[in-house]
Amino acid sequence: MTSIGTGYDLSNSVFSPDGRNFQVEYAVKAVENGGTAIGIRCKDGVVLALEKLITSKLLKPGANKRISTIDRNIGVVSSGLLPDGRHFVSRARDEAADWRRSYKAPIPTSALANRMGSYVQAYTLYSSVRPFGVTAIVGGWDLEAEVPVDGQVGSGPSVGSGGKVEGLKHGGPFLYMIEPSGLYWGYYGAATGKGRQSAKSELEKLDLAAGNLTLEEGVKEAARIIYVAHEDSKDKDFELEMTWVSSLAGPTKGRHEEVPKELREEAERLAKKALEGDDDEEEKMEE
Amino acid sequence: MNHLPQAWGRPRDDVYGAYDASHLQTSGPQQHTQSPIVTGTSVVAVKFKDGVVIAADNLASYGSLARFTDVKRLRKFNSQVVVGFGGDVSDMQYLDRLLSSLDIRENYSTTETPLNAKNLHTYLSKVMYKRRSDFNPLWNHILVAGLEHENKPFLASVDLLGTTFSSPTLATGFGAHLAQPILRRVVPDEATVESVSREQAVALVKECMKVLFYRDARSLDKYSIAVVTKDGIDLKEDEKLESQSWAFAEGIRGYGTQVN
Repeated sequence: MTSIGTGYDLSNSVFSPDGRNFQVEYAVKAVENGGTAIGIRCKDGVVLALEKLITSKLLKPGANKRISTIDRNIGVVSSGLLPDGRHFVSRARDEAADWRRSYKAPIPTSALANRMGSYVQAYTLYSSVRPFGVTAIVGGWDLEAEVPVDGQVGSGPSVGSGGKVEGLKHGGPFLYMIEPSGLYWGYYGAATGKGRQSAKSELEKLDLAAGNLTLEEGVKEAARIIYVAHEDSKDKDFELEMTWVSSLAGPTKGRHEEVPKELREEAERLAKKALEGDDDEEEKMEE
Repeated sequence: MNHLPQAWGRPRDDVYGAYDASHLQTSGPQQHTQSPIVTGTSVVAVKFKDGVVIAADNLASYGSLARFTDVKRLRKFNSQVVVGFGGDVSDMQYLDRLLSSLDIRENYSTTETPLNAKNLHTYLSKVMYKRRSDFNPLWNHILVAGLEHENKPFLASVDLLGTTFSSPTLATGFGAHLAQPILRRVVPDEATVESVSREQAVALVKECMKVLFYRDARSLDKYSIAVVTKDGIDLKEDEKLESQSWAFAEGIRGYGTQVN
């Protein structure tokens, strides 16, 4: 490893002479060993998927969910140290509830990403703490409809002062990834964890920026990409965990939910088939 | 407006006299709600064989003034519980937010069974009793309508003192006097519930809403009605009373302009 700290890596928040913060870089290393997590922003929703590595045969299959719901419309999946991920989720839920207390409305995904980015970044500043050992992917659907504020009982004026602005468009699918440094960007497709390299190259092939991929296709691609990313650690067992959030008109009615069992199994079947197909082609080429 | 910003938006001293600063005192005992301000009137509900029908009109009164006429006093909690609020509207809004935060927390995990009407009624009764024990009551009378385990119809009430009560027919406020006897005529006891159809129950509740509009001066002919069954909640928030007949009014004697 070229990045030997030579004394500048022993305390958090200390720069090395060439301007690096080693503790943060080591936190990124912790993430790089975690199971692959991805998020895909489709035109009508967001899919989150996780390669959940099975650490013991004594664990109940399908239990111990790792993708969490924040408020009703946002999901978080993380890769890296599991307890750090739990704490991240707990803080995100507090932030969402706090937002509701102040503004009587759900927190926009961008605002949550911003607040969590700030929170994670604060853990790079003090010697009394260590950085988060997770990279988290935050996906949500901000409601497109005019919704009443929490506790609203009447409709108020329809025009004039206090009335509605005509033709204002808002809401839609959003996807952010927050790194141990506190850095966060918005993405069309995000990947982290052990298999991120292959997952990223698969995501790039989807041309997500064009905005043509539907949510259902997204679910199938997500399953396939997790299977592709798992190729390098084939010796380990894993479970595929997938959640999605769609528009009000879509299958989840604006809520972040687990992908239904039937659809997930169908996606897994297709993913396995696609992988087998690849293997066949490779064999042919070798011939 | 003048050049003194501190005077903007205030009653002018030269016109109204100096403001009585004793209203602003910060010392003395802390006071809580002594009476409701903006209020909703009756909520009525009745069980039938597959579920519960619940209704409340869309009026919020400020004293005797019909202040807000599009106030929705029936609140969906989830797909199997509706909560109807009588009494103070701002306390209702507080409770609505409390319930929505409860619902969000409940849905963090999808593996657990959702809260049913009975669970929610227990929760609300504890909230109401806690607040009355703090001498700071939430000024409401609440009906919880929905389903309990095995999709059995559930109907119960809790009031500002934390008193709970359950019956196959319930009504709050003026309805407790005027609607409850009408409801009991059709559904006198728990055993009868099995023989009441959805249509009968809806017709019965609509009849009660009509009687309440005839005789309750704090009521409105626009109302909300919800039917909760295992297939979900059918909530209509903009219903209008049908086929009113005020012929009986002529026969009323003894007060108003007609003294005898």
